[in-house]
Amino acid sequence: MLFFAAWALATFGGVIDPIFLKDPVYTLRAGANLFREFGFSKDVGITVFRVVGGFVLAALVAVPLGILMGAFKPIEAFFEPFISFARYLPASAFIPLLILWAGVGEAQKLSVIFIGSVFQIVLMVAVIVGSTRRDLIEAAYTLGADAGAIVKRVMLPGAAPQIAESLRLVLGWAWTYVIVAELVGAESGIGHMIMDSQRLLDTGQMIFGIFCIGVIGLVSDFAFKWANQRLYPWAF
Amino acid sequence: MGLLRIEALSRIFAGARGGPPTPALERIDLTVEDNGFLAILGPSGCGKSTLLRIVAGLEAPSTGRVLLDAQPVERPGPDRGMVFQSYTLFPWLTVRENILFGTRATANRATLLIEQVGLRGFENHYPKQLSGGMQQRTALARALANDPKILLLDEPFGALDNQTRALMQELLLGIWEADRKTVLFVTHDIDEAIFMANRVAVMSARPGRIKCEVRIELPHPRHYTMKTSPEFSAYKARLTEEIRVEAMKAVSQEATA
Repeated sequence: MLFFAAWALATFGGVIDPIFLKDPVYTLRAGANLFREFGFSKDVGITVFRVVGGFVLAALVAVPLGILMGAFKPIEAFFEPFISFARYLPASAFIPLLILWAGVGEAQKLSVIFIGSVFQIVLMVAVIVGSTRRDLIEAAYTLGADAGAIVKRVMLPGAAPQIAESLRLVLGWAWTYVIVAELVGAESGIGHMIMDSQRLLDTGQMIFGIFCIGVIGLVSDFAFKWANQRLYPWAF
Repeated sequence: MGLLRIEALSRIFAGARGGPPTPALERIDLTVEDNGFLAILGPSGCGKSTLLRIVAGLEAPSTGRVLLDAQPVERPGPDRGMVFQSYTLFPWLTVRENILFGTRATANRATLLIEQVGLRGFENHYPKQLSGGMQQRTALARALANDPKILLLDEPFGALDNQTRALMQELLLGIWEADRKTVLFVTHDIDEAIFMANRVAVMSARPGRIKCEVRIELPHPRHYTMKTSPEFSAYKARLTEEIRVEAMKAVSQEATA
């Protein structure tokens, strides 16, 4: 609320030149216009598809690998050095290379998000699974569980809520990557719209685009939280 | 069956950061007869928990061996059920699901045990919704549901308040009197040891050795009022003397370490 009040004051009060920052009413109108005349909902749809697609692919690879690394020391020793290195490579730095490799199509967008998410998820999941309470593992052994059962019946269920939490975090980062990917060489998506608006100096549309990203991020975050609390009532 | 033999068992811990190795247990010979209830009584740090963990198969002895019904113990297994001092229920499982965790647990036995440990009505609660005493009763039921040959108890009531603790002792004793399962119980509480066990083995300060064994000839079923009887007091006086010497040694060891 305070944020919107300050925004309104700055723009309606004439403190900031409307070329740089449009007022809230104008921004909303620009947004409505975007949806009505420029098919912005398609842009939103394609961006959501890219984020979710790249993120799901990354999670499908990273979660099982992370679990194996967390549960079995030799597997961790094998992968850990490379993944720790790869984690520091910013996904955005791969964009020019990925354009060369995969063109400017969907494959390139998905790979940016994939690269940006996969290493983070692997390491977070490995740490979470690796920190399973020692005494719970021992208790399971004395109840007749073997190594496979320890992973399936102790490590996995115990780590699941925290894994879901870390996925929620990484999904937030994936949103940053998608916009960066769309700012560079894209024909659609929220990021592309923002880029287009810059050429036309339409700050209203640009702000509306950024605003949209925030709203979608917030909605997905709440959905994730809600699902976690439903799935893991014992942990909350 | 459930005859446990511990033969010439020692355990030496490697020295920390190049220090000299510490002997934790030294030549332990101990037998728990089938259906017996043996309490190991010792000052803190004497290695009694280590001994129990070796019997459970969670740690390996440096020398010697453990035999359960003449089978050597090498790894943890469902024939040796354990209740830990810390709360080790699986937080994502309900009381009933926890009790059914063991590979040999059956639904019938679980239902019976829930009744026996007084958890009817709490079957579908998660551990975080239970008091400490209820959690340990669930842990006890979980170990028993797996139908082990021997029950290993590592100060299971150590974290509970005195009243709850006394009730838990009666509960465990009641179950043992009904089932007569072999029990190995580790504690530093003298009353607890005398009240429940048939035999009490006193352990010395580090390195842990069996200093003496006392047979407790109190009749069963035992009632809590027995704790104030002259016989009970006589046992207590004797064991207090034995353990006091060791506790003092342990304290002076810590002072010099």
